Amino acid sequence: MAGYLATNNLSASFGGGVQAIENITVEIPANKVTAIIGPSGCGKSTFLRCLNRMHELVPGAKASGEVVWDGRNIYASGMDATEVRRGIGMVFQKPNPFPLMSIEDNVSAGLRLASGRIGKAKIAEVVERSLKLAALWDEVKNKLHKPGGSLSGGQQQRLCIARALAVQPDVILMDEPCSALDPASTQKIEDTIDKLKKNYTIVIVTHNMQQAARVSDFTGFMLSKEMGEPGRMIEYGPTNKIFTMPERKETENYITGRFG
Amino acid sequence: MSEGLRIQREEEYEAVEQTPRLAPPLTKPEVPPHESAVEGTDVEISRDSELIGHSAGRRRSRNFRSKLALTLCALSTVIVMVPLALILFYIVYQGAGALNLSFFTSLPKPVGESGGGMGNAIVGSLILIGIAAVIGVPFGVLAGTQLAEYRNPRLSWVVRLMSDILSGVPSIIVGIFVYTLLVLTFKQFSAIAGGVALGILMLPTIARTTEDMLRMVPDTLREASLALGIPRWRTITSIMIKTAGGGIVTGIMLATARVAGETAPLLFTALGSRTWPTGLDKPIASLPVQIYTYAIAPFDAWHKQAWAGSLVLVLIVLLLSIGSKIFFGRKMKRAN
Repeated sequence: MAGYLATNNLSASFGGGVQAIENITVEIPANKVTAIIGPSGCGKSTFLRCLNRMHELVPGAKASGEVVWDGRNIYASGMDATEVRRGIGMVFQKPNPFPLMSIEDNVSAGLRLASGRIGKAKIAEVVERSLKLAALWDEVKNKLHKPGGSLSGGQQQRLCIARALAVQPDVILMDEPCSALDPASTQKIEDTIDKLKKNYTIVIVTHNMQQAARVSDFTGFMLSKEMGEPGRMIEYGPTNKIFTMPERKETENYITGRFG
Repeated sequence: MSEGLRIQREEEYEAVEQTPRLAPPLTKPEVPPHESAVEGTDVEISRDSELIGHSAGRRRSRNFRSKLALTLCALSTVIVMVPLALILFYIVYQGAGALNLSFFTSLPKPVGESGGGMGNAIVGSLILIGIAAVIGVPFGVLAGTQLAEYRNPRLSWVVRLMSDILSGVPSIIVGIFVYTLLVLTFKQFSAIAGGVALGILMLPTIARTTEDMLRMVPDTLREASLALGIPRWRTITSIMIKTAGGGIVTGIMLATARVAGETAPLLFTALGSRTWPTGLDKPIASLPVQIYTYAIAPFDAWHKQAWAGSLVLVLIVLLLSIGSKIFFGRKMKRAN
């Protein structure tokens, strides 16, 4: 299945030899929502960014180990990072629409700039479908030519989700997508995530344990023993189990609010 | 926090440890007070007036220093503005009288004949600036892009150093360089040689503004684009350079304004001419060189013309600077 991801001894470091994550081996099932939780600095975001080769964009950053997507290791030589990112999209913590583009152009940016010539009718169709999937269509259908930056923060984030959906990836990675949003907008994004998992595999990093409990089917708990130590995947399993009967003491301490 | 409450909470947590919760915690678990309290908060946190400086004497001296600094700033501003205002005023005062339509449309008249203009020099300057832009803009923008986007530390260091040195090289040296390179080689003063000299002078300004403007574009936009599977070169041309476009255009206009007034490098490249431009491989007139020639000549009529030429040159430069400001301002508004 195309949306299936698996990591094998995935480690990542930043320039200067700072190890961020170490030996993470997990299987991320297709068409499910997988949440990654853990305290600040445990490497959640780095882990996520390793899954579509965004990590290596930081100068000096390196990743080792395997990430298997669609039967292929995305870190194998000969794999094209651009192709990987087209299949494994990403939504960032802060909404980042392209400031000089209209709402419509924001959504179609990936199609227009990555996939070569595509007919106008096709683009309009994809724009509408993506905005509907991101639950934004009704709010913007009459102002598609307005700049993306004119929307509210929550709408901008849904615009970014629509933009990621437009290139039709298998997997969508979300890096704390709601941390800059108010509760109502958060609710809308969570509803969207719930709808999307029928067709997409979603991996979401979140600071918010309740959010992980609400939206995810599987949860991974990451922790670094001390500041500066690399983060490890302490426990990984069905969300229900992680939140009710965690096997590891550290997980239980974290989800009951003992630390972090 | 009372001791009783603390104990009670600890018991709650022990209970949790024994029987794991069956439902996800839907409310945020409260952190027990003994864990959230920072150790040693019983240090007195009263305001220390000696540290804050509430004493009247301190306040007076602080106010005085603040006023002194403000006055110095205002004074410096005036000192900077006065020469500029004087120059502008004097050029308008001297030049406006000799300025008329024929100044823009006719050739210089021989000594002794009245009238005539600098039409050829104005056209010549525009042609020279055009050639300079054709050379300076693409290379400058590409070099700036390399510095900002392809982070190769060693190469960037060299390019940046070279560009800094180049921007410090006196323009006459660039003129001599182009003279040796082109004029001596082709045994011909030419518009192209003049344009190349000006183009080289534009390079460092354009490269550095392009780099600075690209660096001002938030990294998040680059990441957003790359995460969509948009290739690197496309991200740079369609997202980064477009977003930074207003600032880059401003840099180009400022660089153009700067070289529009260059005289020294043109003296032995474009040379100058008293006729309309006949070809890019021929000597060509330019406003600064014409002004220079006329200003040092012993004829009153020529001095008048030199003033008028100066006024036109200053107006061109002003137009470019103001135009770039307006352009950049509009772009910025659109971006926000």
